[in-house]
Order: sequence, then C-alpha cells, then structure tokens
Amino acid sequence: MSDTGIDEASAGLTTQPESDATSPTPAGIGVSGWLRWARRTLTSMRAALILLFLLAVAAIPGSTFPQRGTNPVEVSQYIVRNPTWGPVLNRLGMFDVFAAPWFAAIYLLLMASLAGCVIPRTRLHWRAMRAQPPAAPSRLSRLPEHRTLELECSPADALTAAETVLRAQRWRVRREVVESGESTWVAAEKGYLRETGNLLFHLALLALLVAVAAGGMFGAKGQVIVREGSAFSNTLTQYDSFSPGRLFKADRLVPFTVRLDQFRATYQEDGMQRGAPREFAADVVYSTGPGTAERKATIGVNEPLAIEGTKVFLVGHGYAPTFVIKDAAGKVLLDDSVVFLPQDGNFTSDGVIKIPDATPQIGFTGVFLPTAERDPVRGGFSSFPAPLRPEVFLSVWRGDLGLDKGTPQSVYRLDTSSMERLGLKDLKPGQTWTLPDGLGTLTFTGVSEYATFNVASDPGSGWALAAAVMAIVGLSLSLFVRRRRLWVRVPETSPDSMVEVEFGALGRSEAPGLDEELDSVVAAVQRAVKGV
Amino acid sequence: MASETTLAYISNNLVYASMLAYTVAMVAFALSFAQGRGRSDSSTSVRGAAETQTAVGSVSVDVLERTDVESETGSEPGRRAGNIGMSVMWLATALLLGAVIARGLSAGRVPWGNMYEFSITSALGISVAFLVVSLKRDVRWLGMLVVIPVLLTLGTAVAVLYTDSAPLVPALKSWWLLIHVSAAIICAGAFTLGAAVTVLYLMVTRVDRRVAAGESAGWFGSIAQRVPSADRLDQLAYRTNSFVFPLWTFAVVAGAIWAESAWGRYWGWDPKETWAFITWIVYAAYLHARATAGWKGHRAAAIGLLGYSCFLFNYFGVNLLFSGLHSYSGVK
Ligand code: HEM
Repeated sequence: MSDTGIDEASAGLTTQPESDATSPTPAGIGVSGWLRWARRTLTSMRAALILLFLLAVAAIPGSTFPQRGTNPVEVSQYIVRNPTWGPVLNRLGMFDVFAAPWFAAIYLLLMASLAGCVIPRTRLHWRAMRAQPPAAPSRLSRLPEHRTLELECSPADALTAAETVLRAQRWRVRREVVESGESTWVAAEKGYLRETGNLLFHLALLALLVAVAAGGMFGAKGQVIVREGSAFSNTLTQYDSFSPGRLFKADRLVPFTVRLDQFRATYQEDGMQRGAPREFAADVVYSTGPGTAERKATIGVNEPLAIEGTKVFLVGHGYAPTFVIKDAAGKVLLDDSVVFLPQDGNFTSDGVIKIPDATPQIGFTGVFLPTAERDPVRGGFSSFPAPLRPEVFLSVWRGDLGLDKGTPQSVYRLDTSSMERLGLKDLKPGQTWTLPDGLGTLTFTGVSEYATFNVASDPGSGWALAAAVMAIVGLSLSLFVRRRRLWVRVPETSPDSMVEVEFGALGRSEAPGLDEELDSVVAAVQRAVKGV
Repeated sequence: MASETTLAYISNNLVYASMLAYTVAMVAFALSFAQGRGRSDSSTSVRGAAETQTAVGSVSVDVLERTDVESETGSEPGRRAGNIGMSVMWLATALLLGAVIARGLSAGRVPWGNMYEFSITSALGISVAFLVVSLKRDVRWLGMLVVIPVLLTLGTAVAVLYTDSAPLVPALKSWWLLIHVSAAIICAGAFTLGAAVTVLYLMVTRVDRRVAAGESAGWFGSIAQRVPSADRLDQLAYRTNSFVFPLWTFAVVAGAIWAESAWGRYWGWDPKETWAFITWIVYAAYLHARATAGWKGHRAAAIGLLGYSCFLFNYFGVNLLFSGLHSYSGVK
C-alpha cells in the first residue's frame, strides 16, 4: 500500500543523529559495550555541544594572560611580579594556552567527535541523495502546510500536471505506478544541498585543522633587521630570530637576497594624533640567487614581497645612527650604522657599540632621540618619531667586553660587569667627541633607518584558505537552503471530469516560506490544467 | 584642510541630531506600548486575548498577521505612536548616515579607522538592518529594542570613544580590512537584532508560563501582547543568528587574510582574534543547541545571548582592556 503516516513522511529529512537523551549507560556490558557506548557518547550532538563550550572556555585564559608565543618578555615579567602564582600558572600552561596539552586534548576530542559524526552522516546522506522521496502520508491534512484544489479534469491528468510543474521547478519527483493501474499521488523533494552543505562545512573544518597543523609543522618564520644600504640572504645564520616548524628542513629555504635601499616613513604632524604613523615603505632590490637579475620592489605594510612561496613582510622599523670611531693614532675602528631599538612610540631608542679591536676593549651604551627634548624630571626624551632634531647620549666603557668567554651575547646589550664607565656625552649630527683617557674620537655622522622584516613560509596557508572558503560555502548552503517535501494526492475514486486535489508540504523544522511555496505550486498546477 | 575640519564638525553635529531623533523615536515606541496597556484590563487574559483574536481569522493567521489585520481597521491603540516612531527612526538614520559620510570625507577614507567611527557606523548598521526588515514586515514591536542599543552605542561613542578625525595608520590601509570591518559592522547590526529578539522571546515565554500557571502576567504582560508569539520570536531569532553566522565566519576569515598581509601570519591568538574565535564557537554551540533534544528553547536562547556578550566583549573589553596588535581604538 502507498499509505503512510507523518513520521515516515519526514524520515530521512536530515542525517542528524537520533536524540541521545536516552543513550543507555554501559553498566555491565563488557569492553566492547563500553567502547560502543564511548563512541556513541562522543559522537552525539550533546558531546559536540559540550566540547564546543569547553573549547570556548579554554581559550579565555589565552587572552587574559600574556602568551609566550606573542609576548615572551611580558610573560617573564608577569612571573617575576607574581612569585607565588606565576610559577603555578606557568606549570598549568596558562602562558602557552594554545600549545597546552589540555587545549589540544579538547580540540582533538572535538575533531574526533566531528569525524565520528560526519562519516556515518555522509553515508546516510549519500543514500538519501539517490533514494526516492517517501510515499505520501495517508492524510495530507495533517501536514504543516495543506491545500485543496478543485480541478475540472481527470485525476490522472491532475497528477500529470502536478508532475510536470514539479519537475519544471526542479523537484525530485516520484510518481508511483500501482497495481490497480492508477496512481493516486505524486511525491517530491527538494533541497538536498542543505545536508550536502552541512557535511561539506564539517569536513572543511577537519581539513582546516589539518592545513593549519601541516603549515605549522613544515613552515618556518624568521625575523631580520636590515639597515639601509645593507642586505640579507635567506639563510639560517642571517636571522635575528628563527622559529622552524617541527618538520622543517633548512635546505627548504628559498635562496634569495634582499637589499634595503631606502626606508620611508611619514607621521601625522599635528592634532591629537600627532606622531601617529601614516605611511611606511621599504624600497628594496632583490635577486633569487647569484647571477640572476636584480629586481626592484617596494615592501609596504599590508604589501609583502612574495618570492617563490616565501613572503617578506615589513613589520617594524627604527633608527641606526652612523658613527666613525678612531683610536688615538687616527686609525678607523668603526665606520658604520648601528641599530638602536625603539623603546616608545616616539622612537626613543637604546643601543650599544662594541669595539673589540681596540686595546683595551671599549664599548658604548647610548640613547638615540629622533626629536630631542629635555625635561627636568624625565631628562632627555623624544617628542616625535621623525628625525627632526636627532641627538644621541652616549656613555663610554673600557674593560673586557666578555666576547671571548664563548657564551653567546646579544648584540643589543653591553655586558658591563668587567668594565668601567669613563664618561658621558650628548652629540648632534656632525659633532665629534674626544674620548677621555686618550682613547680616541667618536663622530656622530648622521642617521639612517632600518626595517624589520618577518620572513615566513607556510605551505599550509593556501590549503587553509581553501578549507575556509569551503566551510563558508558549505555553511551558507546548510543555513539558507531549505529541505522540504511535497505531495499531491487525488482520491482513489472520482469522476473523470472533476477532481479534488490535495496538496501537502513538510519541511525541516526551520523551513520558512513553505506556505508561499506551496501556494505557488498550487497556482501553477491550476494554470497547467487550464492550459491543457 | 579647513573644509576637512568643517566636515568633521558637521559630522559631530549630525551625530548629536541623530541621537536626539533616536530619543524621540524611543519615546514614541514606548508610548505605543504604554497605550496598548489600556486595552486589556485583566492582565491574566493577555495571551488568551491574543489567541482569541487569532482564531477569528482563517486557520493559520499568526500573531504577526494579526497586527496587520488590525492595522487595516486602524483601531489599534498606540498604532499612531508606533508609526511616528518608525518615521522618526528613518529621519534619525538619515542623519546618522550623513554623519558617517561626513566623517569619512573629513578623514579622506572609509569611516571606520578607530572605535569611535566603528561605533557610529555600527549604530547605523543596526538601524539600517532594522529598517530593511521593516520594509518587508511589520516590526514596530521591535523598535524599542533596536533604538536602545543604538542610543547606547552612540552615547558611548560620543562620551568615551571620541577621537579626532585623522587618516589611517599604515597597518589599517588594506582592502581586506575594509571588507573585514564592513562584514563585522553588518554582523554587529544583525547580532544585536538577534539578541533583542531573543530577549523578547525569553520575556514572552515567561509571561506565557505565568499565565498558564494562573498567575498575573506582570508588568511585561501588556508588551507581550503586542509582540509575536514565543514560537515566532524563537524562529526569528534563529533566522537572524543563522544569517549572521556565515557572515561572521567570513568576517573572521577576511580578518585572517588581512592579518597575513600585515603581520606575516594569518592567525596568532592575539586577544582580539581569540575572542573572535570564542564568539564564533559560542554561536556554533547555539546552532547546535537548537538541533539538540533538551537544549532547544530556553537554553539555546541563553547560549545565543552568551554569544552576543562575547561579541560585545570582543569589541569593548578587548579594545580597552588588553594590549595587542589590534590596539587601534585611538582612545587615550
Ligand atoms: C568543530 C566543531 C563544530 C562546529 C564549529 C560545528 C558547527 C555547526 C554549525 C554552525 C551548524 C549549523 C548548521 C545548521 O544549523 O543547520 C552545525 C550543524 C550540525 N552539526 Fe556541527 N559543528 C561542529 C561539530 C559537530 C559535531 C562533533 C557533530 C556531531 C555530533 C556535529 C553535528 C552537526 C549536525 C548533525 C548538524 C545539523 C543540525 C541540523 O540539522 O540543524 N557538529 N554544526
């Protein structure tokens, strides 16, 4: 028989797992029972919901505590300032939340749940996509949307008209041929893309995770400071800092050289935001290996330079004052620019100079001010980021630089533990300082700039983007396509000239606009019959 | 330079004018509710009355249509006030649109370079979302709940977040940022609508429960009478939130693309990114809850509001409390 109830009529509209509220407890059903229970529990909607919540909560400390990945200095300061709780929080992974095992445990569980859920759903959906719409329920009047229409034609013609209309509107149509020779209903279904989209979305999330993880493992990123007029090559030794992924191999570094010709910066000159940066650009010349042609390029903020899958980003800049240092005999010990690191938004910058070739060794610590200002309380400071009134304050030290001890030293710090300070001086460009004790002279010759570049290769980023796009497409289908079923039924016996046709429609719980759609189908059938 | 200062000045005054207009609209919407109260003298029969009226029409006339039916006869008390509210709402939104455009012209760029601008543009987004919906259906009942967040947003913008008009810092000059922020502004508008409807839903179900238990409907009874049924509200909230979710996903992805070009990594768990992620996860939980037995209805609504709180926190809390790469609020 072709008569069915509402439950069967709505069966398979979604591949959503059955309600898991009654999931039996595993008590006394052995290991395999436990495993089955664990799988069922993990892949239930409820577990997905709870894991989503856990993930959200677990991410919170990542925003409230400083994180080692982005802010290692602040983390150590935090621990020093909080001697009791700092180490405890540290042990709990609160400063490395997104690399912590408990965070990974949550998202891996979620992904396991996702896979365990999506794979069977895909199978179900695959079957549903090739199946026929279910038979018409025996009473269409019990459906959420229901219409009746009187037509002046035979029942068979009415059904044929309905079938034609529905096919033209791209429904999947099923018209049953029954043994008695006459069918009494047409069934139609539409909106399979909703489920397809939903599955695509969930699968894309899995793909996204894989792409992000792979990018992290096979990629690498490094930071390098390049002064105007100098160059860097993409080799490990040239980086100031370098963090490779776990599976990164150094021979995968793309060979190239980038020279910084000029760094350009402009700043807001007046108003409340005086000193706010307005334009940064680094004019560079690059080549991919020896013997290849040199090419010019400008790297800006938001405009990285891409060289064979490796990208060079402009992330910072600063001043490198230039000095000439001579010993008492007039021999040049140094004639170069020296990188000073900015300490505030107006580029009050700290730096050191080390002269290991002098005997005895000498060194300088200093502060560079692009726009020097004096204040009885703060002393010297900079009031504007551009070099309007550049000035350096230098201290000279004599003794052992400690370079021969074998322990690596930062080029930005002077180890003064076995040195003595001999004097202090402030200089404007062009001024020369005759160093005390006949050590020689230092001339502050001018100011050049440097740029800080991030160099990153992330082989996963393209895949991650593709997965994200897939997720958005899938999600949109899942939320905007409506899955619905429609039936047209005629009485089993009726005169050939007059028939009362019943229409009924059913959607997923969230299927707005079903009433209007049914109205339009009814109207189209009416028109079709009149036209016949 | 002079004309730019003038434009900024005009923009500021237009913001004030729009706030005045929104306040008038709020009063009108409030009046339309207050006048409705006289209609039912016994508050316990509030929902019952609605049901009876529904039954007068054909079988499937729902509460929304009920309002339409009544408005044709013009007998609904408070209807005039509601209409005035809508008209003033259009005026206020036009003024605000002018303010946003003048601000953009004065700075020579899109008007969302700092929190002040983002706020006034979001307020515009909320109003426009509401007005667009109002073209298709009668949503005067929602006016009050839209105008309040708009006024709060504008008030905070003017009082706390104000920043002089100025060009963008280099990191913010990017097409992807433009796309990212405009998507986020639309999200802000729609998330707010969704939350407003959710709040109404929770209140109406409360009234329904009290009425069912034979208690007095309480102060909200007369308002509950003038809004759609709980089911209808629930569905509207779902539809709004499910419209926003893909857009929010897109906004986050666009932000990641921008972050990649600006900082060399597309995701770095900066506080702003972290809270965007949390917001996204909570709204995903909301959508799941709607499909999970035992979580539909109230609990799902609560999760929706939690998601909205995360969104708000990401905007106000993260910009003002945490330091991160996204510290572009311009507030000193
Ligand atoms: C990474 C974690 C997950 C995210 C972000 C996520 C997100 C979403 C979203 C946004 C929807 C909304 C689509 C709609 O309402 O139609 C959805 C639906 C759905 N999700 Fe997930 N999901 C996740 C994990 C899971 C897991 C583990 C399961 C397995 C139980 C699952 C099963 C479902 C089902 C069955 C639907 C369809 C609900 C319906 O038919 O309305 N999801 N998911």
